[in-house]
Amino acid sequence: MLGLIGKKIGMTQIFDADGKVVPVTLIQAGPCQVVCKMTVEKNGYEALQIGYEEKKEKHTTRPLQGHFKKHNSKFYRYVKEFRPTIDQSIEEMKEGDTIKADMFNTEDWVSITGTSKGRGFSGVMKRHHFAGFEQSHGAHESFRGGGSIGQCAQPSRVFKNVKMAGQHGNKQSTMKHMQIVKIDAEQNLIMVRGAVPGHRNALVFIKKEF
Amino acid sequence: MDILQQVGREQMRTDYPEFKVGDTVKVHYKIKEGAKERIQVFQGLIIQKRGTGISKTFTVRKVSNGVGVERIFPHHSPMIDKLEVVRFGHVRRAKLFYLRAAKGKAGRIKERKRPMV
Repeated sequence: MLGLIGKKIGMTQIFDADGKVVPVTLIQAGPCQVVCKMTVEKNGYEALQIGYEEKKEKHTTRPLQGHFKKHNSKFYRYVKEFRPTIDQSIEEMKEGDTIKADMFNTEDWVSITGTSKGRGFSGVMKRHHFAGFEQSHGAHESFRGGGSIGQCAQPSRVFKNVKMAGQHGNKQSTMKHMQIVKIDAEQNLIMVRGAVPGHRNALVFIKKEF
Repeated sequence: MDILQQVGREQMRTDYPEFKVGDTVKVHYKIKEGAKERIQVFQGLIIQKRGTGISKTFTVRKVSNGVGVERIFPHHSPMIDKLEVVRFGHVRRAKLFYLRAAKGKAGRIKERKRPMV
């Protein structure tokens, strides 16, 4: 019971017991199946390989077909390994077990990994929240630039990690310490407080935190 | 998208009388002070309704001691004890932001007939 694979459905809000508005993200979490169990003896490390969203055999590549068949598993679109932390055990889990959203409880803490929305090649104002320059008062040519990127003859180079324009978003991102507000075990839906990286229908990995 | 609209459906309120932008309403709002709970009434004009589903809100404006006060209420908030319509107003706008600058005669709103129930 390490984690689940799911899809972000979108954001909305609910009222808590105090009547306050809570921003929530709805996630379709699972149902997932344990495809393969990695053990120290066989693989050198412990992990559970979990599959999400079935697909037809003919849509599966030959190498993956062999892998799924070897473990008597169905064919899955997404497969991901979850490794246990020191205080977690996967001993009672076996291949073929289904994992559903009810593995979590309300008020559990989880970390959610997704791919952030891609914003393409963006300037420093959007990417690093630089302030830019004045639009008037004699300013010319440069309005959204970043300014200086270093010194002169000493050190006569640009330091590494200087914030500049470049690809923004479309990058793996993990939100740690998110709280589960509500669970719908029947429909495998979970609701977490706050925002989750990615667009609607984006793939997310939900991991239990201790 | 459909599942998203189902969220909070059981929290939605259907007990309000029909009210429109331009109406004057009394909002009985619950206020928690420690363990105690009391009700505060906010009376004013509806100048805006926005949003859909559970995220719907409405804005109430009143002029208190010559100072304009606006308060945004979540439409489906469980903290609203009761909402009553004091006066039905006839307006030709969906948002009455012009009232913020309007003085004297320009700030009046004609009364409309009570809706048929």
